Amino acid sequence: MLTRMDASSTPLVTLANTGIHRAGHWLVRNVDLVVNWGEIVTLIGPNGSGKSTTAKMALGILAPDEGHATISPGVRVGYVPQRLHIDWTVPITVERLMRLTSRLSKREIEDALDGVGIAHLAGSQVQTLSGGEFQRALLARAIARRPDLLVLDEPVQGVDFNGEIALYNLIAGIRDRLGCGVLLISHDLHVVMAATDKVICLNGHICCQGTPKAVADSPEYRLLFGDHAAAALAVYEHHHDHRHLADGRVRHADGSITDHCHPGDGHHAAISGDATGLGPSEDEVVPPISKGRHA
Amino acid sequence: MLDDFFIRALAAGIGVALVAGPLGCFIVWRRLAYFGDTLSHSALLGVALALLFEVHTTLGVFAVATIVSLALLVLQRRGGLSSDAILGLLSHSTLAIGLVCLAFMTWVRVDLMGFLFGDILAVSVAEIAVIYAGGAAVLGVLAWVWRRLFAATVSRELAQAEGLAPGRMEFLFMLLMAMVIAIALKLVGVLLITALLIIPAATARRFAQGPEQMAVLAALAGVAAVVGGLFGSLEWDTPSGPSIVVTAFALFVASLLPLHRLLGIWNSLTRSASHDD
Repeated sequence: MLTRMDASSTPLVTLANTGIHRAGHWLVRNVDLVVNWGEIVTLIGPNGSGKSTTAKMALGILAPDEGHATISPGVRVGYVPQRLHIDWTVPITVERLMRLTSRLSKREIEDALDGVGIAHLAGSQVQTLSGGEFQRALLARAIARRPDLLVLDEPVQGVDFNGEIALYNLIAGIRDRLGCGVLLISHDLHVVMAATDKVICLNGHICCQGTPKAVADSPEYRLLFGDHAAAALAVYEHHHDHRHLADGRVRHADGSITDHCHPGDGHHAAISGDATGLGPSEDEVVPPISKGRHA
Repeated sequence: MLDDFFIRALAAGIGVALVAGPLGCFIVWRRLAYFGDTLSHSALLGVALALLFEVHTTLGVFAVATIVSLALLVLQRRGGLSSDAILGLLSHSTLAIGLVCLAFMTWVRVDLMGFLFGDILAVSVAEIAVIYAGGAAVLGVLAWVWRRLFAATVSRELAQAEGLAPGRMEFLFMLLMAMVIAIALKLVGVLLITALLIIPAATARRFAQGPEQMAVLAALAGVAAVVGGLFGSLEWDTPSGPSIVVTAFALFVASLLPLHRLLGIWNSLTRSASHDD
């Protein structure tokens, strides 16, 4: 096993120019991503932008068709998948779910369940939980393993708003306590946790990345969510310098249209340091209009 | 004591039921009932090849079942056909090839019905030894991989991400299934083996709170089916293999009854009776 001291300089996981190719097209491509010890990296992006696919490459579930994915050896992973269906034929209580991949003492299980607020459900069958309760159980399970790397794929889906803030605070607290790295996925473009160190915006490739800007002082947010909530929230102020057109082509801020878009291809404005692509310019992502109907 | 054919049959049946229960749980959880059928149908080809090459039948069946499992993995990976189509193809082809092979081998006299429906009453002491040795090996390996195999069953991706090598667990599980089918062949025959794997597990589901509990209950339900079936076949002179399966099914049906409610009625009746005294 690695000790945190020796390993703190090596990243937990590194994706170098990785891509996944399926059925004739690239789900994601040219993804570079590093998660270091004690760092929270948040992936955001619209549906189908390759967030889960990227996380699965980082976890070693999917082998990249291009580039290299490296997980530091001996790293203990805790994973909350986006979707987990447990068949009714499988009898399993929350307490047994906690021990799914690791040996835990009763105390550790109680503490973890208490942390996510469902200690009273330890003896319940997993299939009887509500969506939010199940999500909390999955999070508790991943945390109870004392992971070095925590990968959370939309961990708060189905959780009520207040619960969401509490869980985000819990995740930040875990990072502080264990010193682990966190790779967090959110479909929410506007609300990401204040503790996030780095935000990566995906849309088949990395559109832009940078540090989120805290909005504790933003009057709109205080009005909307209250002082307490505002302290835990941040808006990642972000502008795209290109639009993804319905046919897959890309229109850049300078008006040119290309088949792909890569940082450094000359069409992108303001590429600098850790705020790549944060320049003031037009933009949003245009979803392909009729795609779903043909599928 | 093992002189009596009926005692030998009980010993063999209980041995197989103890192994089939826990393994059957995984077949139910992983939705592999049809896969179990395919492996057991291929057992007849195993029997034919074992006779041809003059090796032990159990070994022949185990080898063919393993090859069929691997063929399934390869065909699935190539894509193009759905899993159930591949299973149907392998299942009936191997059964048919087995029957044709046996017909060609005119120099051996085989009791085909025995292989198709089992012949537990003719089980020998040596065969019981094979059942217990093989069964102990299967249970040993299953206990060893239990946690990892169960994790892979709940979520393959989770098990993969958290370093439990689900692929290796699944391969081991296929070997265990091939082995159980090989040792259970004599008991209920090619056509009914899957019943012994699935029905006790299905019966156990209703009473189990956790996976480990379900495995134990399935083993017990299997033992009850074997004992009940054998006594029934002795009493009414019915074929023993099918009688065991019918008993297992009867237990399953009984498990569907609203037992809690019946128990409640019974309790209230006895309470009111004691009140009257």
